[in-house]
Amino acid sequence: MTTRTVGEPIARREDPRLVTGEGRYLDDLGGGALAAAFVRSPHAAARVVDVDVSGALEVEGLVAVYTYEDLEGPMAEPLPLLIPHPSLHAGRTAYPLANGVVRHVGEPVAMVVARDRYLAEDACERIAVTYEPLRPVVGLDAAVAAERTVHDDVPDNVAAHMVQEHGDARGAVAAAPHRLKLDFTVERSASMPLEGRGVYARWDAADRSLRVYSSTQTSTSVRFALAARLGVPVDRVEVVAPDVGGGFGVKIMHPWPEEVLVAWAAIRLGQEVKWTEDRREHFVASAHERGQRHHVSVGFDDEGRLLGLAVEFVHDNGAYTPYGIIVPIITATQLLGPYKPGAYRAEFRSLYTNTVIVTPYRGAGRPQAAFVMERTLDAIAAYLGRGRAEVRETNFIQPHEMPYDHHLTFQDGRPLIYDSGDYPATLDKVKKLVGWDEFGAFRAEAHRDGRRVGIGLACYVEGTGVGPYEGAHVRVETNGTVVVATGLTTQGQGHETAFAQVAAETLGVPVERVTVVTGDTRRFKYAVGTFASRAAVMSGNAVALAAGKVRAKALRIAAEALEADPDDLEVAGGTVRVKGAPDREIALETVAVLANPLRYAFDEQTKLATQFAVGRGVDAPPVADDDEPGLEATDWYSPVRSTFANGAHAVVVETDPETAEVRILRYCVVHDCGRLINPRIVEGQVHGGVAQGVGGALYERMVYDENGQLLNASFMDFLMPYASEVPKVETGHLETLSPLNPLGIKGAGEAGTIPAAAALAAAISDAEGLFVDTMPISPSELWALRERHARKEDR
Amino acid sequence: MKPPVFTYHRPGSVAEALDLLAQVGSEGKVLAGGQSLVPLLNMRLAAPRHLVDVNWLAELDEVSSGEDGVRVGALARHARVEHDRPANQAVPLLGQAIGDIAHTTVRNRGTVVGSLVHADPAAELPAALVLLGGSMELASAGDGTRRVAAADFFLGPLESAVRPGELATAALFPRPPAGGGTAWVEVARRHGDYAVCGAGALVVLDQDLQIASARAALISVGPVPTPADLTDALAGQPHDAADWAAAGRLAAAATDPDDDIHATAAYRRHLAGVLTARAARAAAANAADRFAQGAA
Amino acid sequence: MSEPLHETRLVVNGVPRTVAVPARRLLSDCLRHDLGLTGTHVGCEHGVCGACTVLVDGRPMRSCLLFAVGVDGAEITTVEGCRSPGGGLGPVQQAFQDCHGLQCGFCTPGFVTTITAWLRDHPDPSEEQARQAIGGNLCRCTGYQNIVASVLRAAELLRNQEEAAR
Repeated sequence: MTTRTVGEPIARREDPRLVTGEGRYLDDLGGGALAAAFVRSPHAAARVVDVDVSGALEVEGLVAVYTYEDLEGPMAEPLPLLIPHPSLHAGRTAYPLANGVVRHVGEPVAMVVARDRYLAEDACERIAVTYEPLRPVVGLDAAVAAERTVHDDVPDNVAAHMVQEHGDARGAVAAAPHRLKLDFTVERSASMPLEGRGVYARWDAADRSLRVYSSTQTSTSVRFALAARLGVPVDRVEVVAPDVGGGFGVKIMHPWPEEVLVAWAAIRLGQEVKWTEDRREHFVASAHERGQRHHVSVGFDDEGRLLGLAVEFVHDNGAYTPYGIIVPIITATQLLGPYKPGAYRAEFRSLYTNTVIVTPYRGAGRPQAAFVMERTLDAIAAYLGRGRAEVRETNFIQPHEMPYDHHLTFQDGRPLIYDSGDYPATLDKVKKLVGWDEFGAFRAEAHRDGRRVGIGLACYVEGTGVGPYEGAHVRVETNGTVVVATGLTTQGQGHETAFAQVAAETLGVPVERVTVVTGDTRRFKYAVGTFASRAAVMSGNAVALAAGKVRAKALRIAAEALEADPDDLEVAGGTVRVKGAPDREIALETVAVLANPLRYAFDEQTKLATQFAVGRGVDAPPVADDDEPGLEATDWYSPVRSTFANGAHAVVVETDPETAEVRILRYCVVHDCGRLINPRIVEGQVHGGVAQGVGGALYERMVYDENGQLLNASFMDFLMPYASEVPKVETGHLETLSPLNPLGIKGAGEAGTIPAAAALAAAISDAEGLFVDTMPISPSELWALRERHARKEDR
Repeated sequence: MKPPVFTYHRPGSVAEALDLLAQVGSEGKVLAGGQSLVPLLNMRLAAPRHLVDVNWLAELDEVSSGEDGVRVGALARHARVEHDRPANQAVPLLGQAIGDIAHTTVRNRGTVVGSLVHADPAAELPAALVLLGGSMELASAGDGTRRVAAADFFLGPLESAVRPGELATAALFPRPPAGGGTAWVEVARRHGDYAVCGAGALVVLDQDLQIASARAALISVGPVPTPADLTDALAGQPHDAADWAAAGRLAAAATDPDDDIHATAAYRRHLAGVLTARAARAAAANAADRFAQGAA
Repeated sequence: MSEPLHETRLVVNGVPRTVAVPARRLLSDCLRHDLGLTGTHVGCEHGVCGACTVLVDGRPMRSCLLFAVGVDGAEITTVEGCRSPGGGLGPVQQAFQDCHGLQCGFCTPGFVTTITAWLRDHPDPSEEQARQAIGGNLCRCTGYQNIVASVLRAAELLRNQEEAAR
């Protein structure tokens, strides 16, 4: 019997293989493949004078060594600039292997292929590269000062300059009754999934076809990119994302140098080649994010209502811009949050530094934006002596004002229009959850015990379900199983379960009968990828639409077979029945057989089908002009614009009066992502996002020295939180359906991360009676801030 | 991050190990727990030509407690010593300090002696050894066994007095003196990380439960564990109402910390004061408890 | 010049295995590539993340910090060996599914082995103890909350199993 599955917290279908160690992650594949390793630049900026590989040739098990000189045609060109933008006036990308110059520590210079990874690393060690080190540009100050450049032909180090505005913000600020100028800094961090990148390539010479497995968030796009770079016809290239051990954004970037080079080597050598990134490589050769510095000018009235908000910021994009300027664009537009800013102006410069490239990391510019907006509102509240929640309530876009047009352009190139959301209700709910109004009493009691406690709050809006599209294919097999395929990918979001729930409910079959494949171009060729909290919205709806088409076709065929009207039929438990006449029924698998008018009855199912008389008679073709064989359908979901989720976090912290250590006493989240396909999966996403938010607020930063050396390129010194550092998260939900898609879903993947640093900074500020304007903040920095505050050296 | 090639030796006895070490000299390293050494090899920050694996030398896997204190053999894992009741009764500081070393999984393999020889300025056990005035037993093929006092054992960051060809065979932790109690306090960025600052304190009470003497040893505030005599700040005061802050100031003054990516020197110095005060207070309380239990 | 190979005997998940490996072959790589047990995962190779945790003679250790030759003769239990005797999910594995204790699953094997060993000594843990039990393993996906729940659920399943056996 079919029960409702959408909205049910069912156990995940993918778990049994994952918990028993039967997952198939990239390095689990390709047991017989050769191993690739890379010689990477130890300098942040240098000319590559000579690469002497002779030492490597003695290493037993060496198969090949490649440098830039070995590359030809498209392989010898710079890697693609994926998302051009008119404001990105000086975009630059890297060569797959350094072409005479290196611009960050970790940039690949040579590739070694050997019998195994140990030997490959031995060979790499023996390759002698002669560098002429140059003085690097490290940090935003150096980039802005531009005494030296990262790219010779970009004299001011500015890759992009963009202004988005609505109204005269500067004028509004100047004319406002009150105004504040504030500065904020967010430091560089990174996605840091537990599984690094990896590529495994197989070239079939007989077939002249290439199969590449990559630990990627977008197998469909990697396929197109590889076909173009390698000169292999697209229909001879297949890319598969296997089980992926986390992405969080870093694996959306493509094609990596390693992706093109490993595939290229596999073709050249006629052997399977595999590269598994190690942790050190991931630190210096993948991608980082978050580093920005903001200057805010805000004008407001006596109630704290925003009249004008002008933000200027600089964004550190690292040495190259292969992913364009999506992150700062998101910062500029999502800074508005759930508020009406009056007049708004956001201006940013994205600058080069001799450091690792910057591409989206969960939140993708929104954490920085939320930090700036929420701290600004707290500053306004403090300035006016008004409540922090009150000031937010004063500025909220109200439910009746939806849809709300900000008159700006969002990251998808479409108007920034919020479709739905009840921000006052969200804030109200989180206030109740955390006990906002009762906190004063708790604080007083703690104070009597000599303890310092504080409470903070932050609201956010998140544009999710960005297009341009996703698609799904649904097929009912003649054995009754339902096979679903969608092109985007999975890195732990439970798509095998969630999409099965959607298909099962739409079709009327038990969810156990549904299998889902994601990220395999052999199964579905057109997709965009998993990022920007879009998968459930995009593929969830595509699956629903495709399954809906299948259901309609099934009813049409079943109606013929049962001599009924399709409107009188229902599907439940995998069987089509005439409503109210339980003996008039036909199993979906039989309908599947009937959907394919075959000459051959090669199994029981096809023989059984002969008891039903369907068909269009001898004067019409068996397959109509507008029909196809099979009980299957493909459909697409392409949204007119993004759909906006929202939420609020409230946290209570305690700070140690002597050591300045910060302990999180309570962490409350209320979020609204529309309808939930699987509430347990959504809650898990929130928990994980909060953990990364806590990490970014209190622990994680990439530390470069003035020579461009990454000082903490290991898990020992890049401090990802353990269980001891992450609080228990209390969650509340609201469900404001999205009017933009049939399922009413909004995205949830990044919700936990976005406002965390803002909320924690607010709580710490509240506990200490000072103003935290930088993220992350360590005990050492909090202590220094205390000292400065005591000496009145801060604001 | 795969280790470089090395020649692997598995001696069947301590004598054989010493002969091997004499042969390989500075080109060889001892492999015991490996929890500090193997990461260095994996990152190719170290490339010893020889590894002498002592994990099969059962005679080194001992923890014995007596009147003199606790003798920890070279193969005794952190986890074993942490839970050894006689050892912890004789020298409570052992369990107190070891509990802060990394995580259980690392403690299952890492060794007490190995940690001491590794001599990381942010490691707990070197400070414990210094605080208690312990010593290390070093054996070599040619020169038999020598003992090096803790005060002379830690020479610099990651540098101990072990010479090429020597094998540290045991660490000796003396009992605290009669009337003495100990405590360990540290601040780390994450649970299990190396300390940003840590303090071990030993407070000795007289028969009236007044403080007779006190000292501390601090980590992460200098190239080696930093000892501090707290007696001047605390002597003659009641065990439960002494000028702990003054003790802290004494300790902080003895430190010579550096800035690093996790904390400034100024903050470390500040923590040295705070943690010494806390450790001294806790040590005094422990001493009083021991009096109460008649365990003096 | 070839590296010498060392014949190494291990009992892995109850099955005696012999491999001939270079001395520098990490146990993690030996399990994964020489013995084909890819359930043990490699996240950092410097002993911090815990994804590679296996049981060596019953005690959890980081397999990325052990040489295969260094544990010659030992009994190794990997995540594959944490199934129930009948081949289904073991109690810890079942608990992870029950409690949504995994998302991408990459860190999960290290948690499963660690928790399997820990529960032997802590059959009835509090929530705080459960959180401490998992304090040495990194997870980037779950925020740990459901893993803590999985520890408690696994303890419950084990207690139920024991009661049923009586």
